[in-house]
Amino acid sequence: MFTLLLILIPVLTGILTLSFGGRNARLLALLGAVAELAVALVVWMQFDPVGGQQFGFKYDWIKSAGVTLGASIDGISMLLVLLTTFLTPLIVLSTFGHEYRNAPTFYSLILFMEAALVGVFTATDAFLFYLFFEAALIPVYFLSALWGGENRLKVTFKFFIYTIFGSLFMLVAFVYLYFQTPGTHTSEIAAFYNLQLDPAVQGWVFWGLFIAFAIKMPIFPFHTWQPDTYTESPTPATMLLAGIMLKMGVYGLIRLLLPIAPMALEDWGAVAIVLSVIGIVYGSIIAIKQRDMKRLVAYSSFAHVGLMSAGVFSTTLNGLQGALIQMLAHGINVVGMFFIVEIIFSRTRTRNLDQLGGITKNTPQLTVYFMILLLGSVALPLTNAFVGEFLLLAGVYQYNGWLGAVAGLTIILGAVYMLRLFQRSMFGPRTEVAEHFADLSLSERAVLIPLVAMVFWIGIYPSTFLSLTEPTVSQLLRFING
Amino acid sequence: MSASLLILIPLLPLIGFLINGIGFRRVPKGAVGVIGSLAALGSFAVSVAVLSAFKAAGSQPQVVSLFDWITVGNLNIPFSFQIDQLSLLMLMIVTGVGSLIHIYSIGYMKHDEGFGKFFAFLNLFLFFMLLLVMGSNYVIMFIGWEGVGLCSYLLIGFWNTNTNYNNAARKAFIMNRIGDLGFLLGIFTIIATFGSVEYTDVFRQAAGLSVGDPVVVTITLLLFVGAMGKSAQIPLFTWLPDAMAGPTPVSALIHAATMVTAGIYMVIRSNVLYSLAPFTLEVVAIVGIATVLLAASIGLLQNDIKKVLAYSTVSQLGYMFVALGVMAYSASMFHVITHAFFKALLFLGAGSVIHAMSDEQDIRSMGGLRKKLPITFLTFLIGTIAIAGIPPFAGFFSKDEILAHAYEHNKLLWALGVLGSLMTSFYMFRLLFLTFFGQFRGTHEQEHHLHESPASMTIPLVILAIFSAVGGFMGVPEVLGGTHQLAEFMSPLYDGARQVNPEAFAATTLSHSEEFMLMGISVAAALIAAIAAYVMYVSRSSVPAPDTAERSSLERLVYNKYYIDELYSGVFVKPISALSNLLYSFGEFFIDLIVLGTGRLVKALSGQLRKMQTGSVGYYIFAMVVGIVAILFWNLLIR
Repeated sequence: MFTLLLILIPVLTGILTLSFGGRNARLLALLGAVAELAVALVVWMQFDPVGGQQFGFKYDWIKSAGVTLGASIDGISMLLVLLTTFLTPLIVLSTFGHEYRNAPTFYSLILFMEAALVGVFTATDAFLFYLFFEAALIPVYFLSALWGGENRLKVTFKFFIYTIFGSLFMLVAFVYLYFQTPGTHTSEIAAFYNLQLDPAVQGWVFWGLFIAFAIKMPIFPFHTWQPDTYTESPTPATMLLAGIMLKMGVYGLIRLLLPIAPMALEDWGAVAIVLSVIGIVYGSIIAIKQRDMKRLVAYSSFAHVGLMSAGVFSTTLNGLQGALIQMLAHGINVVGMFFIVEIIFSRTRTRNLDQLGGITKNTPQLTVYFMILLLGSVALPLTNAFVGEFLLLAGVYQYNGWLGAVAGLTIILGAVYMLRLFQRSMFGPRTEVAEHFADLSLSERAVLIPLVAMVFWIGIYPSTFLSLTEPTVSQLLRFING
Repeated sequence: MSASLLILIPLLPLIGFLINGIGFRRVPKGAVGVIGSLAALGSFAVSVAVLSAFKAAGSQPQVVSLFDWITVGNLNIPFSFQIDQLSLLMLMIVTGVGSLIHIYSIGYMKHDEGFGKFFAFLNLFLFFMLLLVMGSNYVIMFIGWEGVGLCSYLLIGFWNTNTNYNNAARKAFIMNRIGDLGFLLGIFTIIATFGSVEYTDVFRQAAGLSVGDPVVVTITLLLFVGAMGKSAQIPLFTWLPDAMAGPTPVSALIHAATMVTAGIYMVIRSNVLYSLAPFTLEVVAIVGIATVLLAASIGLLQNDIKKVLAYSTVSQLGYMFVALGVMAYSASMFHVITHAFFKALLFLGAGSVIHAMSDEQDIRSMGGLRKKLPITFLTFLIGTIAIAGIPPFAGFFSKDEILAHAYEHNKLLWALGVLGSLMTSFYMFRLLFLTFFGQFRGTHEQEHHLHESPASMTIPLVILAIFSAVGGFMGVPEVLGGTHQLAEFMSPLYDGARQVNPEAFAATTLSHSEEFMLMGISVAAALIAAIAAYVMYVSRSSVPAPDTAERSSLERLVYNKYYIDELYSGVFVKPISALSNLLYSFGEFFIDLIVLGTGRLVKALSGQLRKMQTGSVGYYIFAMVVGIVAILFWNLLIR
């Protein structure tokens, strides 16, 4: 039942914020997100990694048709619920330095988004999964379209069309799979696993699901909505998109695509992994010359997610475990990076690297937090992303040595664009806009300290999270290979 | 030996880093240097205690596990330390020389506003360097490996308002990362082959492989790519001369005595694997000797005191790789040790000169400093003699041993090595004479300020000078009546390698007369070069031409460092930069066209719907419509 609670808390607090928020909307929203986190932590305390699906609920939705409202938590879900519930309060808190107009709507949308995300990560019924998957799109669409930058309408429309288009493929696949289930039919995901589909059919299912998730993450060449959307959206929406929402795609690959169409992997897995690896190099190379800090981070995120997807398609234990812990690490790092960009923008009114420089002079605190998040992003050992990238690359290398080597270029190119970002903004002669740059405020530190603490926790003692997901992942791999 | 004692070795510098780092701008300036130096000295003291405990306990290698770091399936990467002859030797160098350089920095960095930050970074460097040499598996080594790279980056760009310095720092980090990718792929191959990264597991299993097994060749080559980056070998050496942008104590500690020898440490650590891969060893020796000659020849014409020393370091590292390539692992380590003494000494001496010269680094503006800086001069002289390979100073013994092994392996390799040592002696004496002899050539203002450095700087110089003078006696060869204590101490490290490739460890076939002849030739070469330098720069008191002077084409080639930086810029940096712009401007556009073209149907539909709606609400309704259609779709199919 805890799962239901986790979905309902943000919905209810969201409604409260919308109705009674008024001037205190952000506080109410923060309260709601913190309450959600508290419940998630309680669930985590009681969670048994080898216990399979836990804390679930299941109601009939359309009884005669075997469609259910069901959700529960296993190791993989637990990790992503923790990611979502950890980041959402920080995203809310990150807005405290800024007055958003129509605040009750703004903050309630963030909470509705959280509910949908938790729903995606816990749903046990395919149609419910689809519902949440679509529902997550609506709040973030509004956040971008109403509070975004100058080109927001054009850009968000592209984003919207892209993702709707992808989801339709998924829906068709689900409907098809549903009719393949025996008896009076059922849409439970677990039932889809046991369909034993014909290999050719699996190929179709593979592509239907792949396109939906590839657009969401995004994977090359389905990514062109992403840099624009990330750049034009208001930063909290960008954080939601990059920190959590793109993980819906990776999650979908692991939860649905691999176990439903395992035989298609033999035919198409190589294509998927090659596209993912191309994305790593392609995104990294583009990031090298970006001037807009936000766009640079957007391309870096695109490159990083390519590696996660490559790890998933390697279908090795290293690759999958790496992808999971990297989802957590990437969420933390990318939210941190976008926040740093926002902090710099809020004080200088520019994100253009050509106009920035020498900020470090007045800002020892900002420099240290920025540096630590940067080290996380470039996967320096003892920071969070190292564990993920090490396992991911090991997994891809296991799949194919040459692909592993090409994917490994990320550690070189990542250093190139990240150090450039840091140097051009923080170091060098101080520019005019950085003249009266104030160091971090209390609320800014309140966001950055938990993020940085997680950078080190995952980097130094990753076992906490690796052991959370390993039983579920091992079981999944046995199922795929068995 | 207890685990807690061992943990203290890296922990003390880490604590020093945290105090000075977190307390940045709050810890009083007087305390900063003391805390930083005490952390290093404490670490040194514990290392000495561990060394004596190790010897007392019968010199048995010991692994101390702290916790499981990364565990996935059957792969377990523990956070653990291994103590044996090799790690102990490295510990002594890192903490010993490290402590001296910390003390020196108190004087050298006194007037810098980033004093606290500097000591924090130095301590952090020690922490990572200690992890590198103490780790019991390749991944812990990798933590240290990347960590020291980070500290190197932070310290090269220490004066971060200078864009050139920042670029040098970035270049160092990125070139090292190229090497690190090789290292990482090597680790993956090790995991795939042996299912473990622990040294003991890997080497035990490697003993079952045959000499020349392609897997071992692959692993060793990949690891060597890592070593090329960190130890500045061709083709990944160009970052090291640029790294001289950092404060001079950094050059001494990181870019001469310790970090750059990590590649040598790695190969010696993996000696079982390398001994199984003769092909890799050939590559190592060839890269090594090529680096020796290339760097030494560039050093001949450099006029920046630190740049000369930087190219010298690259070149001396080349000798160490030559030694590794001919499987003279102990000789290589011997040179690591003596080089740590005399190169740290030379850099600190250069620092003392720069300090006295009000930050001037061009030797064309120096001259005659020996009267004003007597201690610096004397110690620098000792360092110069030591590196030139003149007996009985430290460098003679280690370099001679490398050359003797090279001779046994291949006469050409030896001859090129002697050529390198001829050049070494020349550029070092050239540097010495131009700096300390003749007339002062700087400005009046500089001359007015000339002064010997404070005791905190000269005492480390004197200590290092003593070690540079007598350090070679730890490895006196049998032909000179010694027992070579160092080789004896290190011998158990090669038990595994000896077992898998016994021929390679056969006793020397050189007769005593041959050995004397080799020594005679290399000493003669060094002396001739020194005399030549004396004639040119003291007797004739010639001064190198200004940058604008006309040069012959060969001279221009060497003076411009063979245009290698320009080559890399043209072949890698610019094309990637152009590609980045191209992909961003055209690539993205075409992908957009294609992908959106594929989704034309949806797009057309959306266009229709768009016309029906106005304002931002329209999109919402569109979403609703899609949602309702979807729900109808299910219901129709379900019912």
